Amino acid sequence: MDVGQMQRQWLDYTRSLFIEGFLDNQFLQLQQLQDENNPEFVVEVVSLFFDDSERLLKDLNFALDQQGVDFKKVDAHVHQLKGSSSSIGAQRVKNACIAFRNFCEEQNVEACLRCLQQVKQEYCLVKNKLETLFRLEQQIVAAGGSIPMMELGF
Amino acid sequence: MWFKATESCNCIEPQWPADELLVKYQYISDFFIALAYFSIPLELIYFVKKSAVFPYRWVLVQFGAFIVLCGATHLINLWTFTVHTRTVAMVMTAAKVLTAVVSCATALMLVHIIPDLLSVKTRELFLKNKAAELDREMGLIRTQEETGRHVRMLTHEIRSTLDRHTILKTTLIELGRTLALEECALWMPTRTGLELQLAYTLRQQNPVGYTVPIHLPVINQVFSSNRAVKISPNCPVARLRPHTGKYLPGEVVAVRVPLLNLSNFQIYDWPEVSTRSYALMVLMLPSDSARQWHVHELELVEVVADQVAVALSHAAILEESMRARNLLIEQNVALDLARREAETAIHARNDFLAVMNHEMRTPMHAIIALSSLLQETELTAEQRLMVETILKSSNLLATLINDVLDLSRLEDGSLQLETTTFSLHSVFREVLNLIKPVASVKRLSLTLHLASDLPVYAVGDEKRLMQTILNVVGNAVKFSKEGSISITAIVAKPESFKDARIPEFLPVPSDSHFYLRVQVNDSGSGINPQDIPKLFTKFAQSQAVQTKGPAGSGLGLAICRRFVNLMEGHIWIESEGIGKGCTVTFIVKLGIPDRPNESKLAFAPKVPGNHVSTNFGGLKVLVMDDNGVNRSVTKGLLLHLGCDVTTAGSSEECLRIISPEHRVVFMDVCTGLDGYELAIRIQEKFKKRQDRPLIVALTGNTNRVTKENCMRVGMDGLILKPVSVDKMRGVLSELLEHRVLFEAI
Repeated sequence: MDVGQMQRQWLDYTRSLFIEGFLDNQFLQLQQLQDENNPEFVVEVVSLFFDDSERLLKDLNFALDQQGVDFKKVDAHVHQLKGSSSSIGAQRVKNACIAFRNFCEEQNVEACLRCLQQVKQEYCLVKNKLETLFRLEQQIVAAGGSIPMMELGF
Repeated sequence: MWFKATESCNCIEPQWPADELLVKYQYISDFFIALAYFSIPLELIYFVKKSAVFPYRWVLVQFGAFIVLCGATHLINLWTFTVHTRTVAMVMTAAKVLTAVVSCATALMLVHIIPDLLSVKTRELFLKNKAAELDREMGLIRTQEETGRHVRMLTHEIRSTLDRHTILKTTLIELGRTLALEECALWMPTRTGLELQLAYTLRQQNPVGYTVPIHLPVINQVFSSNRAVKISPNCPVARLRPHTGKYLPGEVVAVRVPLLNLSNFQIYDWPEVSTRSYALMVLMLPSDSARQWHVHELELVEVVADQVAVALSHAAILEESMRARNLLIEQNVALDLARREAETAIHARNDFLAVMNHEMRTPMHAIIALSSLLQETELTAEQRLMVETILKSSNLLATLINDVLDLSRLEDGSLQLETTTFSLHSVFREVLNLIKPVASVKRLSLTLHLASDLPVYAVGDEKRLMQTILNVVGNAVKFSKEGSISITAIVAKPESFKDARIPEFLPVPSDSHFYLRVQVNDSGSGINPQDIPKLFTKFAQSQAVQTKGPAGSGLGLAICRRFVNLMEGHIWIESEGIGKGCTVTFIVKLGIPDRPNESKLAFAPKVPGNHVSTNFGGLKVLVMDDNGVNRSVTKGLLLHLGCDVTTAGSSEECLRIISPEHRVVFMDVCTGLDGYELAIRIQEKFKKRQDRPLIVALTGNTNRVTKENCMRVGMDGLILKPVSVDKMRGVLSELLEHRVLFEAI
């Protein structure tokens, strides 16, 4: 595959992520921040997000497994996760977190567990997608091309 | 007197025998002498006691002593005429000796005293003289003061009116009264300036128009000096009426009164003004008195003459200004009328145009439309040619009508540009598309070059800009039979403005505007440089156009220039001559469109370099967020904007590393009350407000409570997450300028 084709593929893939709602405008903002001074910015932030989220999900699991669920703590974790996901534009994860928080307020353990599953699922999805995206980018760069700028014409 | 001492009684006898008569006389004289001598000091004492001033009392004592002793001597002498004892003789001798001593002393003393006494007398004389002199001077001062009073009063009278006639009349009356004159007259120069005419007199009611030629020697004498000059009563100006008195007529004095014109007012020249006319004031003392003109009276007259000159000039100025004002009023009325007429004319013309516009366009459209339709039908070649000609001509006519209408609207400024955001590139492309067919038919090559820093979007009147470019390019194509046409569009830089061709045009680009420079070169027939100025004139045809092609209506460039001027630009043509092609260049001002709104999902393409990219040059900021991802994102955002970012993961860390060098602190307040607490503690840490960094809260909470809390704890700003690059840029600019920013929730 030549560079042009790879670039087109990358564009199509990215576009699909937006269309399907995995990513939102915030991700574009992140891409804008990437420049010569900060060439790996997006990858760095996203990696940080992955690490953070995994930790949070583990904590959430632990907290909800307790006998006496500390909803305050659970809420705090979800809040963190919501914050991170909205920072990088992981829209679906963010939405799932919002739903989660509502149930936390209600102190509904069942619902919370269900939400946690949902969040996990969304997280895994977006993680896969982003990892694929980054792989594509690496391939383009390796082939000597450059990452095209997003030009959405909605 | 010798004494012969007798042996027996030791008495002394006078030498000579006692001659009875002589002795008796001597006796009496001595007695009287003694009496006188004793009374003199008494008198002296008495009178000196009476007088307060006598400086030489001790001299008096001396003198008194001397006199008393003399008296005593003569008194004792009385006893020596007969036989007397030795004692008497002794006493006599003693008295005489004493007297001798005192009298010598007195004599010596008087030598000193008498010059002094004499000088007293001299001083007395001197003082008397002085007193007399002072009296005289007092008299003089009093007269002067009175003169001054008179002058003031006169001046007051003269200056209390601005009417020429009153001024002069009052002058004469008051002068006459003050100086008790017999006659007072004023001679004014006539219009010709060659004669003096008697204008006003004091006593005579209606001065018969006496005139005197102005160049009399006596008059010249008076005019040449600014002092009052005594003249002979027999000279023509003074002989106002036949004098009937027996005595000589009184002395006459004449003084000049400068008549100043408005143009003569030079402050530095006053009163030595060069060319002016004078009036002559003649004053006559009563003929039957022996009065003479005193110096102070002459001075009075001179002063009055000056005052009159001033008063007259004031009156003249007033007259002048009244006249000017009336003139202005008239002119105003006339102008007003003219304006109203012009307005009516314009209204009439606009109405006409509006009507004609509609009336003319309707049939034009009909013709064009129907001819086009006709073209579509089956036609013979001949018919087709005819229809095409009809179409071409009617198109031309339609263009002409439009041009005329546009131009007339442009002229009276009723045309306004319609500003929109449009794509510059597409304008050029469209022009190219429109011209390409014509150019290719003529086998002209057409090239378009757009500079890379040319903004893709601009704010301006798209239609009119296109019209201008089209017109210019169309002309280039029209007047080129072969060769190439190139169109270049660049962003005009200030350095390139130092064009000798347009010295008065100095455009200044700003953050919101830029200047577009378009240059169209053609290798066509060229233009004679002398004809260039005429090109922009309406309806003027250049003689060089001898092509068979359609001649220009002559309006195109005029309209272009109007449009370019409306866009605050400039257009000009250069050509080296006939056959050497020509270059048309114009510069117009266009706006830079605002950055795209965030709420739209449409993503504006990344525009390199043209956006206002504010770099915050190493602004030190501190980001406090306990969420690692958020922290990184915010840090990246601020780094991208050129800030020097330090991060803190907790409130404690933040307080530890915060310093006065940090200008802004961004803190996340999503996590409960930590953020507010931190804000308070930061404020406590920095006593002075100007040292303290600005505290800005970042929150995803869109409720008023959060905002109020932030304001309550004294934060300087609040921004809602998510924050885009542009938003952050704007936020930082706003913060640094106004030091506060609370986003509307």
